Amino acid sequence: MKLITAVIKPHRLDEVKDALRDFGVHGLTVTEASGYGRQRGHTEVYRGAEYTVDLVPKIRIEVLVEDADAEEVIDVVVKAARTGKIGDGKVWSIPVETAVRVRTGERGPDAL
Amino acid sequence: MSAGIMTTLAADKPALNTGATAFMLISAALVMVMTPGLAFFYGGMVRVKSVLNMLMMSFISLGIITILWTLFGFSEAFGTDHGGLIGGTDWIGMRHIGLTELWPSTGIPIYVFAVFQLMFAIITPALISGSLADRVKFTAWSLFITLWAIVVYFPIAHWVWGSDGWLAKLGVIDFAGGTAVHINAGAAGLGAILVTGKRVGFKKDPFRPHNLPLVMLGAGLLWFGWFGFNAGSWLNSDGVAAVVFTNTQVATAAAMLGWLAYEKIRHGSFTTLGAASGAVAGLVAITPSCGSVSPLGAIAVGVIAGVICAWAVSLKYKFGFDDSLDVVGVHMVGGIIGSLLIGFLATGGVGQTAKGLFYGGGFGQLGKQAIGVTAVLFYSLIVSAILAKLIDLVMGFRVTEDDEVAGIDQIEHAETAYDYAGIGSAARNSLATVLSSGPTDETSKETPKETPKAPEADTATKVEA
Repeated sequence: MKLITAVIKPHRLDEVKDALRDFGVHGLTVTEASGYGRQRGHTEVYRGAEYTVDLVPKIRIEVLVEDADAEEVIDVVVKAARTGKIGDGKVWSIPVETAVRVRTGERGPDAL
Repeated sequence: MSAGIMTTLAADKPALNTGATAFMLISAALVMVMTPGLAFFYGGMVRVKSVLNMLMMSFISLGIITILWTLFGFSEAFGTDHGGLIGGTDWIGMRHIGLTELWPSTGIPIYVFAVFQLMFAIITPALISGSLADRVKFTAWSLFITLWAIVVYFPIAHWVWGSDGWLAKLGVIDFAGGTAVHINAGAAGLGAILVTGKRVGFKKDPFRPHNLPLVMLGAGLLWFGWFGFNAGSWLNSDGVAAVVFTNTQVATAAAMLGWLAYEKIRHGSFTTLGAASGAVAGLVAITPSCGSVSPLGAIAVGVIAGVICAWAVSLKYKFGFDDSLDVVGVHMVGGIIGSLLIGFLATGGVGQTAKGLFYGGGFGQLGKQAIGVTAVLFYSLIVSAILAKLIDLVMGFRVTEDDEVAGIDQIEHAETAYDYAGIGSAARNSLATVLSSGPTDETSKETPKETPKAPEADTATKVEA
């Protein structure tokens, strides 16, 4: 199994969610996150005082998939999240040793 | 028509004017709501860890000043004059005020005047709190506004508005509080921060406003309440009150536009904080002058105040004083602008007969306004600094640096404004407290549901009714 993590622009969440559902992913976890990459932050002005906001709001999506599906799921996420502008985010995957469905106790790919 | 006749009668032989009395009671309520409005205006501007303290700094003024006013404040400010400096002891405890006794040369009962003025006495110390955000002990603040009201506000209200106050007799015009409220509070803020010092991280860390919608809500409430503040200060409901009302609206609109234009040109954007701040700057500047200028003059007052205040809020970075929410830049500077502009723009045809420079009145009124501004500014600045120093020596004015960094809300009030965690630690801890005080797990879990406060309050209201 692989854990695919995507950090994307918040307003692309619906597109990514829909694309994953259409692909056949049964579940995912979404977290509000902050961070920066090449985009860096932006400047805000309050009563003339400039503040550099270097952590930008992002959405982090986590999906557990079978090894065979991993590359394809990554492509689905990348395609749905892309706007072509700086700050579109990152997607990566890491191997997962085990997974358990809490309700039934099923293990491994059966738990997905 | 009938209101006009009653006003004429009131001028000849004072008689109760029910229209004016009703208007004044409503105006008092409008001014009252400005203090919660101010609390939101300030509360949204601080960081998330100090919003409750900011709200409480205003709300505690509603508590403390009301009691002081009832015990002796009204008498100290408006009782029989002593040397033009302070009122007497005749109305201590609000006693000896007849229900039918009218405030001199008005058609409203003294009680109505007293409760209207109470609301001014409440909001003025609350205004100071913006200078001291994030860093002062709540007990020290409470003591400060208590002493400040007694030594600074009540006497200055007498100077400016008492019929025998020395500034009033000199001919200084302060229609609704440009000097007594705004310059007074701004100078007090400056005096207090000169003693108290900067917040940890001033000019280094970002002090970004945590909730701008709250700021806009507060500014809106202030704008709404300010009609009672200004128009109510005419103490009558007639054409003059309507011009004052109009001027209040016009100057506020102009100042909001002025501030927005300034920051668009200077910083590149129209900000919500700029719109809210500009509106308040305009309200401040028109406060002393709303009974002297025409609606066209009010546009001038507003634009000038909006632009100059937008610039003035940057001074604190230049001079290195941490006037956290710009009480000096908006209220002191705005109050000075409004007070001095009377010397130029007074038409002599609204509520006041004095004419300004542009209306053939010469420099006379301008000179009087300058005396009023200077006297209030320096008295308030110096005495406030002394009070802050005394409190600092006795009990310490500030919280410790660690507590300030951790957040004053938890340290001083044992609360957090927003439970972002939802079912996180806050819920678990409250349950733990209940469990430790209750007899068994099962019953104590239900305890919070069994003893809500609302039913008690309902019963109390019914009993009173």
